[in-house]
Formats: sequence, C-alpha cells, structure tokens
Amino acid sequence: MVAAKPLHEGLFSWPTEIPNLIGSQCLDCGEYAFPKQNSCRACSGQNMTSADLGNAGNLWTWTVQSFMPKTPYHTHETQETFTPYGVGYIEMACGLKVESRLRENSPELLKIGMPMKLEIITVRTDDEGSDLLTFQFCAAEEQS
Amino acid sequence: MDVAIIGLGMHPFGRSPSMSGLEQGAAAARAALKDAGTDFKRMEFAFGGSQDSGNADSLVNLLGLTGLQFTNVANGCATGGSSLNAAYSAIKSGQYDIGLVVGFDKHDRGAFNPKPSDWGLDDWYGETGLMLTTQYFGMKIQRYMYDHNISKSTLIRVAEKAFRNGSLTPTAWRQTALSWEEIENAPMVSEPLNKYMFCSPAEGGCALVVCRADIAHKFHTQPIYLKTAVVRSRNYGSFEVFSPSQPPKVADSPTVTASQTAFELAGIGPEDIDVAQLQDTEVGAEIMHMAENGFCEHGEQEKWLADGVTEITGRLPVNTDGGCLANGEPVGASGLRQVHEVCTQLRGDGGARQVANDPKVGYTHVYGAPGISGVNILAR
Repeated sequence: MVAAKPLHEGLFSWPTEIPNLIGSQCLDCGEYAFPKQNSCRACSGQNMTSADLGNAGNLWTWTVQSFMPKTPYHTHETQETFTPYGVGYIEMACGLKVESRLRENSPELLKIGMPMKLEIITVRTDDEGSDLLTFQFCAAEEQS
Repeated sequence: MDVAIIGLGMHPFGRSPSMSGLEQGAAAARAALKDAGTDFKRMEFAFGGSQDSGNADSLVNLLGLTGLQFTNVANGCATGGSSLNAAYSAIKSGQYDIGLVVGFDKHDRGAFNPKPSDWGLDDWYGETGLMLTTQYFGMKIQRYMYDHNISKSTLIRVAEKAFRNGSLTPTAWRQTALSWEEIENAPMVSEPLNKYMFCSPAEGGCALVVCRADIAHKFHTQPIYLKTAVVRSRNYGSFEVFSPSQPPKVADSPTVTASQTAFELAGIGPEDIDVAQLQDTEVGAEIMHMAENGFCEHGEQEKWLADGVTEITGRLPVNTDGGCLANGEPVGASGLRQVHEVCTQLRGDGGARQVANDPKVGYTHVYGAPGISGVNILAR
C-alpha cells in the first residue's frame, strides 16, 4: 500500500486530520483567490500570500453532472460505472465562492444556502498504486 | 466613414457530411460575394475565424490567392462578433473600402471538451470533471432563477419559441416544432437544463461583405448600416465559465458593458430596437441576456415570455430564425449568423418568419467563453 497523495499539490492542506482549502490573498487589496495565484485578478498586484480558506461554507448555486464527461475527465470510472455528481459553488467564510464537486447528486438533496463541508475523495489510482485525491463538498448536516 | 453590410451568405448550419468546415466557409463566402454582386478579387481585406476547422486564411486556397490582408480571429463563441468588429474598425478608420468577414466550423458530436491548459488552468480541473460549459450554464441560470423568481415554465417557453421559429426557417438545422410536453420531459443534462434547452455544436459557414457606406449602393439596393460594433471582456466579479472560484461581489457581465457602450455610441436605447438576436446557447442564456442587454428588468422575463413579447409577432422579436437552439453552434460562424438574420429581417426577406413590425433597427449579441460579449447595432 502506497500513501495517498493529492492529484494536484496545493489545493488543500495534506496530510492532515482536518484538511482546509488553500487559496491566496492579495496583500495590496485584500481579495482572495482559489487556487493560489501569483497575481491579483482584482488589482493586478503581485503581492500575494497563501490563505487558509477553511473547510465549510454555504451552497451558492448547483447543478448535477448527469453524463460521463469526455477527456480530460480522468477518474477510475467507466461508462458502465459512472455515477452522476453534483457541481456547485460554495461561499466560504471570506466570501470567496469556490467551485467544487458535490457528493449529493440529486436535485432533492441540493438547496441554495444549505451548509456544506469539505471532504477528500479519491479520483483514481496512479501507476505506483497511490490513491490520487481531490476535494469535494457534501451537506454539513444529515438530511432526513 | 460609416460602414455598410452589402452581402449576406450562408452555408446552412447542421450537418454536411460531404464538406469540410473550410469548404462550408468558402460556400458562405461565395454566396455573400454573389449577394453583393462582386467577387473575391475585389476584397481588400478579410477577417475570419474557425475553432475546430483549421486556419480561416486557408480559404484563399479555395477563393483565390489575391494577396489581400487576411487575419485569423479566435475568440471562442464570440469569434464572429470579434471578426465583424475588426472589419468595422478597418473601414471606419479609412484604411480599407471593402472586405469580407467569414466564419465556419465543423464540430464533433456531443459537448465540447476543452483543454484546461488552453484556458490558463491546471489539469486537475478537467480531470475531476469541472471543465464543462454545460455545468456553468446550469449553475448560472439556477442562481438567476433563485434571485429573480424565474420559473421552469419560462425555460420551456424559450425552447418552444426557438423550435417554432426554426420550423419557419429553411436554413435552420432543427426545423421541427416541439410541444411543451416534449420539451418538459426531455432527458436532463445539467439541472435545471434538459436536452432541448441546450444548443448543440454543429457545422456551417456564414459570411458578410462590408464596405464604406458611401459606395454601398453600387453593390446592393438595400445596404444595412452597421451603426456600432462593440466587444468587451469580463470585469472582476463577473460570473463566467471555467472559474475555479468567484469573487464575493458579483459584477456586471461583459454583455452589460458591451451593450451599454453600443447604445451610447449609436445614440439610441433598447426601446428603439425592432428585432434582436441574443446569444442562446441554452434557454437560460436568452433569458438572462434579455435583461443584461437592457431590454427588460431582471425578473421581468417571466411576464415577457408568457405574454409573447419576444415572439415573431411580438413587440421585440428575439431569435427569429430559432437562434443557436434551432441552428446549432458552429462556433466560428455563429455570431455572423445572428447578423445575417437581422440583416435579412431588415431587408424584409424573412419569408414565413418575417417580423411584422416593419423593422428599421436591429440588434445582435454574441457571448463566448471565458466572458466575451460582442454587440452590433444595425439599421437600414
């Protein structure tokens, strides 16, 4: 068994017990970005620092991906095993809205404004047998 | 120097298995030149675009190696808008007297599959399944419906209108009107948008011949004047496709800024427009673009659609040829199809779909990833 690792470094804190999303903040104008950027989309400044965006927020909008995407989509799934997934923007504490896969994948389970929390999922396994990880959000409260 | 459109040419959108994209572009160009009563040798410049069918300037191999300036334009779905804008500037500045604007494409079936690296994004974004335009369209209208009380019925009404108008348009790809039930019960693609609420990538070509307004009558008895051609990209905070994150504050879209500038330059307002084309890559886009272009207030679309304001028989007919929904979207040509249709309406040549309000001023709006809008105001 080889240790699991992020599919892409720097999107979330890892390894750690409770991972948080990592973005950047502009030291000139204060605006946040995700993923980390070297220059600011708001003021064009280049004075950026890493920012902990936390692991919780509210659902700002959503949809459901009902068919398996073509490449560059690259998971362990096949046409036969594909499971629809939710996609949404999560409004984080700093106000930034982060686009994410959602565990919930049916309209009945998704509502604008609902509290969401971060979780880490496996995208696929690499040639060495390591699980490659990414982030997604799921409902913060059990739904009845 | 004012600018006139004197030639309209189209190779019908849809599927043309025996022709390459380039050949469809050449067919459209020949049709436009014929409509203007001129030939390719007379063209002093050309602007052209194609996303998936090669370099537009390869058209000279089919149309003639005449030595003209031929510039390729690539602005996603807004390519046609940007090409016409460039031609407008070329004549407006006095550099040239007459030229060709052409767009064509031949896309594979199914949704586009863009590469993250082409859009300044890392591979994880595509590999984990976030790089789909369909998702963005679903999420944008989902939030818009929540903010402005738009119902699913309004989504259905837009699709119904598109296919009804397509059924009146001989060059349209989808020429069969669909019932409310057929649209409502179609397979879901990206909540809340289903199969009949999206346009599909397609094939086709479209071309326009443009010239100095003072020589226009030598070429065509009914020149259409291009009053303004404006293209804008997104401002910080605009909610756009392929965005891993969005700033807290939602800013006006590039459609709002392009539209306001176009009306300002033309010295008229939305109430002066008689017929319009608004980008409808899906039904939500047409709904949002009605307000973003200044034609109604946000939320007012619910009533406008219910009252038939944007029908061919209404006060402001929108997408009279069925728009992208009924014609499909060959990216390079799509923005020019809009101009082609509005010019056709202003000439009174719309046949079964001709609007009845004796239109004098028309409007086109194209929108493309990652947040570009092109607006043209046309008058006869």
